[in-house]
Amino acid sequence: MSDQYTNEPLLDMFLFETSQLIEQLEQSVLISEQENCFTEDAINEIFRIMHTIKGSAAMMMFDNIASLAHAMEDLFFYLRKENPKEIDCSAISDLVLEGVDFIKNEVNKIQNNDLVDGNSDTLINKINECLNNLKQINITSLNETISLDETIPLNEIKPIDKTDVLNDLYIAKGTKYNNEFKAIIHFDDDCEMENIHAFSVINKLKKITSEFSYIPADIIDCDESIEVIRNEGFQIYLKSDESYENISNFFMRTIFLKELELVQFKNEDEQKPSCKNNQVLAQKCPIKLANAGDTVKIKNEQIEKETSSSTAQQSIISVNVAKLDKLMDLVGEMVIAETMVLRNPDLQGLELSNFKKSANQLTKITTEIQDIVMSVRMVPLSITFNKMHRIVRDMCKKLDKEVQLEIIGSETEVDKNIIEHISDPLMHLVRNAIDHGIDTDEERQQKGKPIAGVVTLEAKNVGSDVLIIVKDDGMGLNRSKILKKAKENNLIYKDEDDMSDNEVFNLILLPGFSTNDKVTEFSGRGVGMDVVAKNIESVGGTVSIESIEDKGTTITMKIPLTLAIIDGMNIKIGDSCYTIPTMSIKEFFKPNEDDIFTDPDGNEMIMVRGQCYQIRRLHEMYKANVSTTDFSDGILIMVEQNDKIACLFADELLGQQQVVVKSLPKYIQSFKKTKGLAGCTLLGDGSISLILDVSNIFSF
Amino acid sequence: MKIRNEENMANIADDSTEVEEDTQKDRFLTFTLGKECYGIEIKYVTEIIGIQAITEIPELPPYMKGIINLRGKIIPVMDVRIRFKKEPKEYNDRTCIIVFDIDDMSIGLIVDSVAEVLTISEEDIVDPPKMNSIFNNGYIKKIGKVGNDVKLLLDCEKLLSENELETIGEAL
Repeated sequence: MSDQYTNEPLLDMFLFETSQLIEQLEQSVLISEQENCFTEDAINEIFRIMHTIKGSAAMMMFDNIASLAHAMEDLFFYLRKENPKEIDCSAISDLVLEGVDFIKNEVNKIQNNDLVDGNSDTLINKINECLNNLKQINITSLNETISLDETIPLNEIKPIDKTDVLNDLYIAKGTKYNNEFKAIIHFDDDCEMENIHAFSVINKLKKITSEFSYIPADIIDCDESIEVIRNEGFQIYLKSDESYENISNFFMRTIFLKELELVQFKNEDEQKPSCKNNQVLAQKCPIKLANAGDTVKIKNEQIEKETSSSTAQQSIISVNVAKLDKLMDLVGEMVIAETMVLRNPDLQGLELSNFKKSANQLTKITTEIQDIVMSVRMVPLSITFNKMHRIVRDMCKKLDKEVQLEIIGSETEVDKNIIEHISDPLMHLVRNAIDHGIDTDEERQQKGKPIAGVVTLEAKNVGSDVLIIVKDDGMGLNRSKILKKAKENNLIYKDEDDMSDNEVFNLILLPGFSTNDKVTEFSGRGVGMDVVAKNIESVGGTVSIESIEDKGTTITMKIPLTLAIIDGMNIKIGDSCYTIPTMSIKEFFKPNEDDIFTDPDGNEMIMVRGQCYQIRRLHEMYKANVSTTDFSDGILIMVEQNDKIACLFADELLGQQQVVVKSLPKYIQSFKKTKGLAGCTLLGDGSISLILDVSNIFSF
Repeated sequence: MKIRNEENMANIADDSTEVEEDTQKDRFLTFTLGKECYGIEIKYVTEIIGIQAITEIPELPPYMKGIINLRGKIIPVMDVRIRFKKEPKEYNDRTCIIVFDIDDMSIGLIVDSVAEVLTISEEDIVDPPKMNSIFNNGYIKKIGKVGNDVKLLLDCEKLLSENELETIGEAL
């Protein structure tokens, strides 16, 4: 029945809000668990979150989420009120986290338009059981005050089903009902959107009876109805065959119910004035035409109300990422258009001092806009980092290790796109660190280390890059083990003794390498580090490993701040224009013929200041037609990537420019032969330049 | 009440898109390659532009001429002549690029010239003759009859997807 009433903006809001709350909840539960007690603040926060989720889920008619939230709310209501001394903190945390997982799962289902069919009954029973246990243990402090709130929401569904069947009978009988009732419902003071809650009451009421009226009449359409409901309560007149108790029970199940007045009438006379009253009140609220635009407006107002309540705390709005992407694209277009205008061939040779002044102004503003748009897309790493708490906790429980997670510099910001790419690798590295890195308790004792292992997540800005460091104080990497494993898998291509430690450690980044002998739940399937390396490389980053045996391992990911706009050097090869990221260029120079020599395999090399570098002819690599292949006619560009250096031979330099990186069309990418290209960009004159993928040049 | 109303609105919106698709039904954009006349379903076509500067991309099959900049959007272009293993022809001012959208991908087809938009009703469309699989490369989905002329109706999906098979084949 849920889908019958879903309307997109509200649903979006619900999904967004719920997932945020759930994340917040997870955090506070984990913190509480670490401290092994629920502080008053934490309990209040969890209670508040559960309360909100319950309300909004009930509003959206996701009954399973609502009833689960209700059960958890009860549990924390008890904790808040009674403040019992004897509580099993980790058991409660387990329960709450289980609930969190359930809600996450359901929210996912809603997002994917799947049927929301999860059954929370067992979980609710568990929570209730836990609550009862708690009460028994703390029996001395038990009061009567909470008895009303303890109604188990489980039976919420059954009676309705029963009345559903009865309902049909009533209709068949005709509209004559025996009993008449008047109910006045008062909602909780802080429950917000009273009209929506009232609407859902009416919806449920429809199943019991078809003859009813209510005041205010147009609850959804008229904003003033909220005020009326708040002040005077929501009044319902109904006729039904149900007994007073049943009707009373029905209304008592209303979410956020504060007060209920239920009166049974003797005859029909008393209901008539009420109808009159109804009309008077209804007229007070101007009746609006029922068109679609109207609903949209009201929805907007609801959303505004929700956001305005949150803006009181922080002035943040949520924006669709697609819009930001579009804005980003447009700014990119604008930067290109700007160069098109300012370097217009028509202007060449003209003395235009006023134009130049205005042009400078324009350049300044566009650069500023570009910076702002970039900064809008920047997201702090804290969300990604904080997710790791949960992973650490779960793994510690499973593996029976004691590990602390330390987080440094989580306020560091990176582009939204990049965050998406690093969260999986990060998760993998943290898992690896705990599973393979941190030694067992006995081993740690023998080595004289504190029993609790430490995994450190650190982020910091270095120039135009962000470093993300995953460090553990575990057993470190074992050189000989890695070498042995690499030999088994034929991954070694040079003499073992010649390999530096770093080179050996980098072997674990190769595909098909996993030193862990047994496959565990968390890691060790042989697809591990190479996927991490690949993911990071796909955003133009690099992975490096340092390790000291018995001291620990440090894995550093170096990723660029942003992907979208880079400084590029345009070069010419044949007729086409290519762009090299300025970041990776060390220098460029006209080669001296005498310094160039060729080895017997035909590899060309050049001696620069006593160092020998290989030369790659770009026109050969990219199969371009060039008029001359003479070194003296072209230019050499020395590029560096991952400590590897090479000289690229190009025809000529065209100049430096900020370029907007665009990916190659999907269709072109499907050929999978474009490995030397990182993308393409538009030049000032509207023509396309291809961006070289420097890291791939070395693997050509 | 409100909600019902909105559903109605949604239905109306749906209807209107259906009507729009209906007007595109049975309509084909025809173009020439040498002597033959080909047609593609109009619903795929987004626009027709004159030939413009093409940026070559290395290591692509010869029929993929490269990429063009269409108002800031980068789209790949394919020379249909070479795709159908015909003699390549110098581009001239009659040469056109037909831009069409399929599965969220835009792609340009370079053709000799664009002819017209025709309505070919279903009864005038027949299956191509069953030929030996070596001859039948599958790009022609149907054959349309217009008066005495014959239009070869292209299978757009096939035109694109075929190369992926080739690439995989080469990789093996």
